[in-house]
Amino acid sequence: MGSPARTLSQKVWERHVVHRAHGEPDLLYVDLHLVHEVTSPQAFDGLRLAGRGVRRPDLTLATMDHNVPTDEHPPEDISARQIEAMAVNAREFGIRCFPVGDANQGIVHVISPQLGLTQPGMTIVCGDSHTSTHGALGALAWGIGTSEIEHVLATQTIAQAVPGSMAITVDGTLPSDCAAKDVILAIIARIGTSGGVGRIIEYRGSTIAALSMEGRMTVCNMSIEAGARAGMVAPDDTTFAWLEGRPFAPKARLWELALDDWRSLPTDEGARFENEVFIDARALRPYVTWGTNPAQSVTIDGAVPDPDGIGDEARREAARRALRYQDLRPGTPVREIAVDAVFIGSCTNARLEDLRAASEVVRGRRVRAGIRALVVPGSMRVKSDAEREGLDRVFREAGFEWRDAGCSMCLGMNPDVLHRGERCASTSNRNFEGRQGPGGRTHLVSPAVAAATAIAGHFALPSDLR
Amino acid sequence: MEPIRLVVGRALPLPRADVDTDQIIPSHWLKRLERTGYGAGLFEAWRSDPGFVLNDPRYRGASILLAGPNFGCGSSREHAVWALHDSGFRAVVSTRFADIFKSNALRNGLLTVELDDATVALLFDAVRVDPAAEIAIDLERRTFEAPGVHARFAIDDYARTRLLEGLDDVGLTLRNETKIRAYETARPDWLPTVRR
Repeated sequence: MGSPARTLSQKVWERHVVHRAHGEPDLLYVDLHLVHEVTSPQAFDGLRLAGRGVRRPDLTLATMDHNVPTDEHPPEDISARQIEAMAVNAREFGIRCFPVGDANQGIVHVISPQLGLTQPGMTIVCGDSHTSTHGALGALAWGIGTSEIEHVLATQTIAQAVPGSMAITVDGTLPSDCAAKDVILAIIARIGTSGGVGRIIEYRGSTIAALSMEGRMTVCNMSIEAGARAGMVAPDDTTFAWLEGRPFAPKARLWELALDDWRSLPTDEGARFENEVFIDARALRPYVTWGTNPAQSVTIDGAVPDPDGIGDEARREAARRALRYQDLRPGTPVREIAVDAVFIGSCTNARLEDLRAASEVVRGRRVRAGIRALVVPGSMRVKSDAEREGLDRVFREAGFEWRDAGCSMCLGMNPDVLHRGERCASTSNRNFEGRQGPGGRTHLVSPAVAAATAIAGHFALPSDLR
Repeated sequence: MEPIRLVVGRALPLPRADVDTDQIIPSHWLKRLERTGYGAGLFEAWRSDPGFVLNDPRYRGASILLAGPNFGCGSSREHAVWALHDSGFRAVVSTRFADIFKSNALRNGLLTVELDDATVALLFDAVRVDPAAEIAIDLERRTFEAPGVHARFAIDDYARTRLLEGLDDVGLTLRNETKIRAYETARPDWLPTVRR
């Protein structure tokens, strides 16, 4: 008794401290290290150079996602070399790898939760900024660079300064045409692209509690778009029900022990956050980004803003640049913006629930002539689950391409890219210049809005469709 | 990592806010397996514009990048730091850096210097007026000197020592081997492993 009230992230942090000394960052133990082909080759080379091995191959999982083809064409040579390097490194260092063609292959942040490897209270790192996704299950998970990957491979630990804390409370019933994506886009619009820098965000409140696991993953996924180190949601019965029975979830007696432990993780009453933000979910509307960072967004009922109306000089200049790049004129209603492509995929929105939501909208309809529309499931398991429900047929009959799993057009590393000047409604996470291909123009939306947009030919809600 | 104590040189001004790592180095460069050779990819898309500051001969040879707020946001790609380093940059100055970028930079001998809004604004002016203005960053004394600017900057002791001595992080951590092993034996049984 009498111990100070602590937050969820503090509890997870404290139980992973291996070494703490004045004037040094904490040395934290890493429960799970996820590895993919793009950011790891130089780390493995570093190990070889130093004559070091992987300390805990049993806590390290590799897959191939960023650079892999999602259609029947073989990868270009340079990509094939990187994919092969992942296979060779996994073999040489004794790491389990789900390669292309494996039933478990997929986007690293989709497969780990799906397999039940991501569990409450764990520390998880990966050489990818969207590692924050795993926080949806109450894990403390963040993206790292290649030097840190090497460090974790060699030591299973990572040196980290204690971050700040931030609570974002979202309360109220979400309007029926809004999704988890709209919640996180609204949050980023509110706190800005650097609102979370140096902090771990805990998402809480009745709206977050009512979200499915998939929805919570969408929210935590984009924490990095607000600059945050990580995003977390307290584990609850939704989390436990979702985890139970998954291949790597604890079984029998261990499940009971784990449950007792996980129930102790939520933030204590009275625990203090350095920063608190409150959002009323009842007032939310579906969001569409207009600019080249994820905070530059309006609701679908809105119009492209006029930079002249922005008070802050840096933001005004950024808005002007963004409108030039995006080829948009101030005052244009969002619903009048026509698109050339629609991408339903990415670690943000390519889980089964996302595909179900999009398929409901396109069922019995046709993609507008001239629009290239892609569905790229987040993992091969998501793909097979969707096919069991017949979603592949729904998408195909509507005129969508139905692909294999991978990051695909989210970052344009494989041949799935926008052509110069093309405009895309995308369920991904970044609308940076050239993100989906040099000269491509990205607008971030929810799966339902992406689907309705594919049918209408311009930004639309499902309820706009005849 | 090579030790770093002093960065003395000229600065290249890039006042844009929220410069993301996709701009610093586009994703197609990430298909490479090497740790060096990224210089030609630095700001690749922006560089195709002859008016872009990196193409301005007055700033050729700059070793300090003077950047807008939230520099390095987005992807965790360390390639962004490698591209800056390969292009001769040894320090980046901004009011605020994205977390992962900063962490990557400090592990590669690229110094990130955070200064307040007013000082950074002064610097942009100074460098625009005189592109040859010499800037001196002393990591040991934590001082920043430019024409009309004498500032001190904060950097945590641990990061500073590592940079000054060019220390190997893995080697440092392995000094705690006994503690790591002790921690490992006490981990709860229910935690997963990826074994078949």
